[in-house]
Amino acid sequence: MTKTTPDALPAEGGPGDGPLLAVDNLHVEFQTRAGVVRAVNGVSYTVGAGETLAVLGESGSGKSVTAQAIMGILDMPPAVIPKGEIRFRGTDLLKLSEDARTQVRGQRIAMIFQDALSALNPVFTVGWQISEMFRVHRGMSKADGMKKAVELMDRVRIPAARQRVHDYPHQFSGGMRQRIMIAMSIALDPEVLIADEPTTALDVTVQAQIMELLADLQRESQMGLILITHDLGVVADVADKIAVMYAGRIVENAPVYDIYKAPAHPYTKGLLDSIPRVDLKGQELYAIKGLPPNLLDLPSGCSFNPRCPYRQDNCVTDAPPLYEISGVRSSACHYWREVLDGERQ
Amino acid sequence: MGRYVIRRLIQAIPVLLGATLLIFCIVFALPGDPIAALFGDKRPDPAIAEVLREQYHLNDPLLLQYWYYISGVLFRGDFGVNFADIPVSQIMAGKFQITLNLALTALTMEAVIGVGLGLWAALRRGKATDTMILASTLLLISVPTLVTGFVLQLLLGVKLKQWTGADIFPVAGTFAGWRSYLLPGFVLAGTSIAYLTRLTRTSLAETLRADYIRTATAKGLSRRRVVGRHGLRNALIPLVTYLGADLGNLMGGAVITETIFNLQGIGNQLFTSVYLREQPVVVGIVTVLVLVYILANLVVDLLYAVLDPRIRYE
Repeated sequence: MTKTTPDALPAEGGPGDGPLLAVDNLHVEFQTRAGVVRAVNGVSYTVGAGETLAVLGESGSGKSVTAQAIMGILDMPPAVIPKGEIRFRGTDLLKLSEDARTQVRGQRIAMIFQDALSALNPVFTVGWQISEMFRVHRGMSKADGMKKAVELMDRVRIPAARQRVHDYPHQFSGGMRQRIMIAMSIALDPEVLIADEPTTALDVTVQAQIMELLADLQRESQMGLILITHDLGVVADVADKIAVMYAGRIVENAPVYDIYKAPAHPYTKGLLDSIPRVDLKGQELYAIKGLPPNLLDLPSGCSFNPRCPYRQDNCVTDAPPLYEISGVRSSACHYWREVLDGERQ
Repeated sequence: MGRYVIRRLIQAIPVLLGATLLIFCIVFALPGDPIAALFGDKRPDPAIAEVLREQYHLNDPLLLQYWYYISGVLFRGDFGVNFADIPVSQIMAGKFQITLNLALTALTMEAVIGVGLGLWAALRRGKATDTMILASTLLLISVPTLVTGFVLQLLLGVKLKQWTGADIFPVAGTFAGWRSYLLPGFVLAGTSIAYLTRLTRTSLAETLRADYIRTATAKGLSRRRVVGRHGLRNALIPLVTYLGADLGNLMGGAVITETIFNLQGIGNQLFTSVYLREQPVVVGIVTVLVLVYILANLVVDLLYAVLDPRIRYE
């Protein structure tokens, strides 16, 4: 398959071949009246072609901000990126001109948002919104664009696509709307798809269908998928690896199987322990103590230390680096061995 | 859609009746005697006054008087006569045209200038242009129509003509065709322009914060397309409502402007008739104004459905 490639970016399989997308030591700050909010503090992760990376974390952990930085849709100002690189096929996106970035957005890196009802424009038909990708980026006629829109709606399994292409977003159910969002994002066969909590606003049964759809689409097109979520249950089946974020940092990086088997960071462990389990029915559900930190005023040392059951004195003074556990695993905890062994101190 | 229009028009009947009854009562309650006013400073002969009272049904109960009036309007299109026996419809005819011209000129200016300035300000939010536009709208809102009217009349009407020799903005009357309406139109639209500018600015700024704008950006669309297509279409919806409702205000509120620029419109007539206690003329004018209001609102509601597909009329 050939793609039109913007000048500044290396073509597929070009010399910049390595990981498809690599976020490297990314920092994002927001200048607010109350001070500087450090939303992302040195995040690094990679995703390869055909690979699914799940980015896990609670609200305010910086997972969405990182994704928006990759897309280049942060409002700047107030957002600032003081440090870091976002390499797409070896080229740092942050160094590109705005024009070159617009060429990447939507066409080569696409994004799905959480609430499809508010993320779709209420005054245009879904067909119009999907076909806009073809009209604007591929110079297609209205009629051809609409045909493509119907094809895409078929592909994301929307029943009676031919009739429904002229409907407006509010005329669809939540799950169908998210399918439209997905159809729009995969319209131009992007190499990377970022899904920002794509199932949070949906029923559990619909959630599973959407995740299945995303997994199928990824298998067909070998795109890299970044799945942002706060729900551990959602990612277990589809993700290859997981990056857990806390207070703007990655606290644990691991293949999905390893992390479920034995987490290496107290925060990940807390998250896993707080999933309701049938075999422990009737017992009180575990909850991580305390509240997420104030990003205006992060705790000294490890950001998680005020809530951590493993805390020692050096946790308050020294920020832990990302300790390498194995080739594919790392944890930002001084006491990852103890956590891994499951000893509670 | 057709059924909706019919239903709305039927709904308009009680509104029309209520409004006319209300204005009828208010005019009735005004102090002073219309028959006495008719004779000016002279004292009328009681016998003649009594005959006149009978002729104009002034001795009948209020509701009966109202019935005589409204049945004439509804069934015969007869708005009655004034004391000089001139049909009210004839008095209104030419004057409505003038006020309508004036209001439409003002409405056009409002839409073009107000929306234009508002969009400009919204796109330059927080910058010098934005601040300047906001400050000038505040000025326009604060200064009364009387002042802007006379000042513009002097500067653009009189002084400009003296300096350039060309009569671009006529000072008074309607002799110069559409140009006669430019200056009074702007004066009439003044505060509305200011409000619409602010409303446009807020509406677009709010729209640009919406999630679907972020989606549009993420689709790789140019800023121009994101704002011009995705933003503007949504930002327009509240503006259309404001503009439609304002047509009624402009027509009813033209009294001062018509006086300043000596336009023989409905506002001027209304003022004179209230002064002379010409009950039929006052009620006639108000009835037609209420009709304009109702129709303008109906058009707005229908436009709403065109602009916003989430609204459907069953």
